[in-house]
Amino acid sequence: MSFDNAYEAINEGSRDEGDGHWAFGTGFADPLTGVDTTVPADVDAADLAVYCLMLGDDALVMSHRLQQWCTNAPELEDEVALANIALDLLGQARLLLARAAAADSPGPGPGGPGPGGEDGYAFFRAEHDFRNVRLAELERGDFGELIARLLVFATWRLALLQRLAASRDPVLAAVAAKGVKEVTYHRDYAAQWLIRLGDGTTFSRERAQAGLETIWPYVAELFTPHEVERRMAACGAGVDPAGVRGEFDDVLARVLPAATLEIPDVVPRAGVAGRTGRHGVHTEAMGYLLAELQSVARAYPGATW
Amino acid sequence: MVTGRAGLPRGAVVTGRTGGAGPGAVTATARAVAETVTDPELPMLTLADLGVLREVSEAGGTVTVSITPTYTGCPAMDAMRDDLVHALHLAGFSDVEVRTVLQPAWSTDWISAAGRRKLTQAGIAPPRGAPQPVTGPIPLTLAPPPDPVRCPRCGSAQTRLVSYFSATACRSLHRCGACQEPFEHVKEI
Repeated sequence: MSFDNAYEAINEGSRDEGDGHWAFGTGFADPLTGVDTTVPADVDAADLAVYCLMLGDDALVMSHRLQQWCTNAPELEDEVALANIALDLLGQARLLLARAAAADSPGPGPGGPGPGGEDGYAFFRAEHDFRNVRLAELERGDFGELIARLLVFATWRLALLQRLAASRDPVLAAVAAKGVKEVTYHRDYAAQWLIRLGDGTTFSRERAQAGLETIWPYVAELFTPHEVERRMAACGAGVDPAGVRGEFDDVLARVLPAATLEIPDVVPRAGVAGRTGRHGVHTEAMGYLLAELQSVARAYPGATW
Repeated sequence: MVTGRAGLPRGAVVTGRTGGAGPGAVTATARAVAETVTDPELPMLTLADLGVLREVSEAGGTVTVSITPTYTGCPAMDAMRDDLVHALHLAGFSDVEVRTVLQPAWSTDWISAAGRRKLTQAGIAPPRGAPQPVTGPIPLTLAPPPDPVRCPRCGSAQTRLVSYFSATACRSLHRCGACQEPFEHVKEI
């Protein structure tokens, strides 16, 4: 028996459906398949869509930066850990972007894709349409920078998601509740590593402190609410990030002294006329990141394998 | 692909919907078929053992299966959907719809006693009780938990965590201080 290509050979006999495929498939099912995505009557659908893009883009862009650690981590165990954290965040991004698509335009039925669906949002938006915080997109640094960034990101996101689990939007609430379980592990992983680095050798301490100094100018932005976040919080569907600063500071106040590290004395990185990541105003690193993230989808639109 | 709905494969033998059986019996047959589907990453467990199978029902010739995701990014979810549709087609159910249920969120407490036994037999330490929801901030874990994971091979409690993440997001990697063997543990979530 001969086949034109390896895919056919692997696929042969494994399925009797005409569109049979193998392992993880030719294309992905909408992650909200079969979920009722009706927007609650007193929640503004357009605001909900933008809000989901903000949280989804944070996860997507941070996931991409973590994926860049594949084959670059110091130990095999950490290689696997970082890839798995990236995978968790990618899963959250898929649900949130799919939720944005369903809220933006309910489509023909439950789970029906909106304009472009999750792939449209991830691969065919321009830089100024991405709503992620700038912390997520910063150029990949060394392992010290990564751990500092992951601790800050996970601590902030965990506090947001835990509150979001009580959202008036049942889909968002369910996605957040799921995410809480995952991000709890991300935060513990980063906190334990930061202590090991900070309370380790002179060199590892120096790198951990330098990592904190690199990312700290972008911390204030995490707690500065965009008007959409304010409106979503006011209607009970979202969370005002300003309200989680206390919890964030408490966690850092436990980890940093144990790591013998200090909060850097640095000035917050300004936006452009007050506009930052949530407004679609990004750092120089973002264009390069998107070029890599989107290149295959743009070169071969609609391609499956 | 947007839904798990698909047509009857050519040449399929209809065995699941024989005359005489009531609607309850048809649902029971469909449920029995769905319960035999195994997890692609933990093939020793069926979806029923894993607790991701929430509901199986049959109405007007359509079988509706509700499953719940374990981890949101788990690529095995798509494979599970396909495997469910495939198994039910083979059993003669031509019209199958797989729905995703997000709430209540899956937790490792949903893994059955049989599933836990099978994990241990396969050398994977089963999860302990899942963390209970907290009202205040979620506690930060900086030290190993007081109750260590027991080695699935020799039963020793002298084990240490090597990595929070193993071959998949749902498992952590440990080493036994007694028998020196490395082993995996399904993390409590």
